[in-house]
Amino acid sequence: MLDLILTQTLNGLASASSLFLVASGLSIIFGVTRIVNFAHGSLYMLGAYLGWTLVTWLGPASPFGFWGGVLLAALSVAAIGVLIEVAILRRIYQAPELFQLLATFGVVLMIQDIALAVWGPEDKLGPRAPGFKSFVILFDSRFPTYELLLIAIGPAVLGLLWFLFRRTRWGTLVRAATQDREMVGALGVNQRLLFTSVFAFGAGLAGLGGALQLPREAATLHMDLSMIAEVFVVVVVGGLGSVTGAYLAAVLIGILHAFGILIFPKITLVLVFLVMAVVLVAKPHGLLGKPPTGQARAPADEPLLRPADRATKLAGLAALLLLATLPLVTPDYLVLTLTELLILGLFAASLHFMMGPGGMTSFGHAAYFGLGAYGAALAVKWLGAPMEPALLFAPLLAGVAGAVFGWFCVRLSGVYLAMLTLAFAQIAWATAFQWVEFTGGDNGILGVWPAQWAVSKTAFYYLVLGLCAACVLLLRIMLFSPLGYALRAARDNPLRAEAIGIDTMRVQWAAFVVAAFAAGIAGGLFAFFKGSVFPTYLAIPRSVDALLMVLLGGVQTVSGPIVGAFAYAGLSEQLSRLTMYWRFALGLSIVLLVVLFPRGLVGSFLAWRERSRAEPAR
Amino acid sequence: MSAPALPSGAAAREAVLVARDLAKSFGGVDAVQGVSFSVEAGRMVALIGPNGAGKTTCFNMLGGQLVPDRGEILLAGRAITGLKPRAIWRRGVGRTFQITATFSSMTVRENVQMALISEAGGLWHPFRAARDQHAAAAESLLAAVGMLGQADRACGVLAYGDLKRVELAIALANRPKLLLMDEPTAGMAPGERIELMALTARIAAEERIAVLFTEHDMDVVFAHADRVIVLDRGRLIADGPAETVRQDPQVRAVYLGSGAISGGH
Repeated sequence: MLDLILTQTLNGLASASSLFLVASGLSIIFGVTRIVNFAHGSLYMLGAYLGWTLVTWLGPASPFGFWGGVLLAALSVAAIGVLIEVAILRRIYQAPELFQLLATFGVVLMIQDIALAVWGPEDKLGPRAPGFKSFVILFDSRFPTYELLLIAIGPAVLGLLWFLFRRTRWGTLVRAATQDREMVGALGVNQRLLFTSVFAFGAGLAGLGGALQLPREAATLHMDLSMIAEVFVVVVVGGLGSVTGAYLAAVLIGILHAFGILIFPKITLVLVFLVMAVVLVAKPHGLLGKPPTGQARAPADEPLLRPADRATKLAGLAALLLLATLPLVTPDYLVLTLTELLILGLFAASLHFMMGPGGMTSFGHAAYFGLGAYGAALAVKWLGAPMEPALLFAPLLAGVAGAVFGWFCVRLSGVYLAMLTLAFAQIAWATAFQWVEFTGGDNGILGVWPAQWAVSKTAFYYLVLGLCAACVLLLRIMLFSPLGYALRAARDNPLRAEAIGIDTMRVQWAAFVVAAFAAGIAGGLFAFFKGSVFPTYLAIPRSVDALLMVLLGGVQTVSGPIVGAFAYAGLSEQLSRLTMYWRFALGLSIVLLVVLFPRGLVGSFLAWRERSRAEPAR
Repeated sequence: MSAPALPSGAAAREAVLVARDLAKSFGGVDAVQGVSFSVEAGRMVALIGPNGAGKTTCFNMLGGQLVPDRGEILLAGRAITGLKPRAIWRRGVGRTFQITATFSSMTVRENVQMALISEAGGLWHPFRAARDQHAAAAESLLAAVGMLGQADRACGVLAYGDLKRVELAIALANRPKLLLMDEPTAGMAPGERIELMALTARIAAEERIAVLFTEHDMDVVFAHADRVIVLDRGRLIADGPAETVRQDPQVRAVYLGSGAISGGH
């Protein structure tokens, strides 16, 4: 027993090192540039793939070949970091937080397809490190020496970072910039160079982490998102901006994983979730994190939100009538496309509810869509439920998950909240993926068919149209109700909201649950529409879909998400038809969109209309 | 100087706010050290002192934004020490902030309506239209502060002085017993300052509201305060009618050189 505990502890410590390298890089970049780099997991993946290529090329048998390859891989990733910073990030340092996050997400998508194109879909098994191929016997069990080396690398890098930040001019500048960017700029420091070098440094750490991981695990195309989700957990638990906190949290999470495999082999992430929950309740800013610096940023001015005027109401009614008559005149395949668009429209509207008026950006909204789909499918599979009760069960499961996850999320705000929503979504995805007996794992659940009366494409279309239109309308009514106003009050100015008796956290929690519930309805419909459910329904790319639909339409408008859903679904369908590398094309479009239309389509149109109206009058 | 006597007898019955021995320190810095005072209904009391004297810390303890390390706060005889801001508001404390705090995505009227809806306990209605609720009451409050004409404008586009008036209307929405105003005239033109404080004084007298305000402008302080409380480095050094405080040697020493205490002279 003792030897088992020891081996698992060592295992945990070994995996903590790579986690720490990536997390500290993310933390340092955030400290200086205030950008949470969602592409950090992708840089880690690139480190692994480049490491594989370079080590193979230089000769994995010699120490020079292996270590030279690893170092070269880290340097190459640092160079890629420079490219990303100069080409994209430098243009958006002044953009709203959300758009920065989204741009780095575009980079994630692009790197995914680049890796696919260069290295192909097969996993790349890494070479073993020369000189570290043997085992040592510890307490009667064999323990690979490479793992011991990794265990040592974590604290070594921590010490190195400490030295760098305390004893060098560059490190001092980085610390100064972390505290007050403007002041450092005012002192005549070349900020561009500082930002670029910091980004390159953080990228290099991620690349090193990826390359060092090679002898333990193969390089795969999935390692980017699974790493970024874990890194977000580490950073939230350790405290964003604290390198030592990142190390502590990485060790904690690494060891939890190692023991979780012994205790709940199927759902190790649940354990991680519980620990994160305990830490967040006790210390909302993480183990060693500090609350965001005292200088309370004056809340950004949000534009006035007015209920629809007559013309807008008529336009909405006309659109609804058009949608109701379309199936009578269009071919079947178009009815199918329209059905899907309507479901996605509700999905986007549900995200908009918490993101726009609620000010809570979720990078994991697919969790509630997917849980809705699984709720319906599980009810059919295990309870033999017909469609109608299964469609009721769908939003219930999503709503309960929203209540549990949301309770933690509303304790945070801004990027912390976004990171936590992504981590929760990843946990939901992993549960659906790993719990094969219950969810069918990767094979999903098949045979989720609608009731007899809704089997025909047209009948199902009307069911979807009726439910989605009703839900969107209800969300809209809610937006202009006292609850919706209280939600906006909490976003506009939490200080004032609390000072007139509004329990902002509870209001935001309620909005979170409403959004999850509505997404669950969309998910349930989607399950019956497709006839099956798969873990991909809860996966991060689907969360990004929802975000893009909302942003394409514009966060600040109410009709935006619906327009955005139609525009986005049309765009991505065209892209996937044109090229097999549609993720790259999509990522590129996101980056361009962020740089060109920071207000979204409807938002930009409204701003243009406002300007052209105002000018002749003055 | 003598430590200010705790309110007793007839004065205590009148006191809306009583602070006893309040203290707060931040990591070794004693921002407020054992401050006691009271504010009576219908009175305007100014809390003054040089920068770092502990005015804002005091204010944030009274409003619930900070929890005192020590001491007691009584509102109309009931302890409110350490309650959350929203609970203190429900007991009848209105508040304006040094940096105006309003809801920028709402109209002026809707801002006041929010406070009225909250006061009436109607926040959790998910389906009825908010803009129809308490609209008339909101308008009469706006009329009282002279902002009715701009009721339909967005708060995000108002002039700073007008924003301060809207904040006053919001703070008055729950018919407070006590009004806390942190630097109510900061950033306003001199004419506007006098106007806003005269308005506040009139409403306070009519509605029997106790007003506690911090202020840097000594003209405003001596023109409108019935009583002045002076803090210096976390301690209370004077408490009395404006004229007495102005003559207080310790107060003069604190302000020596700045000339600010001489007010309109």
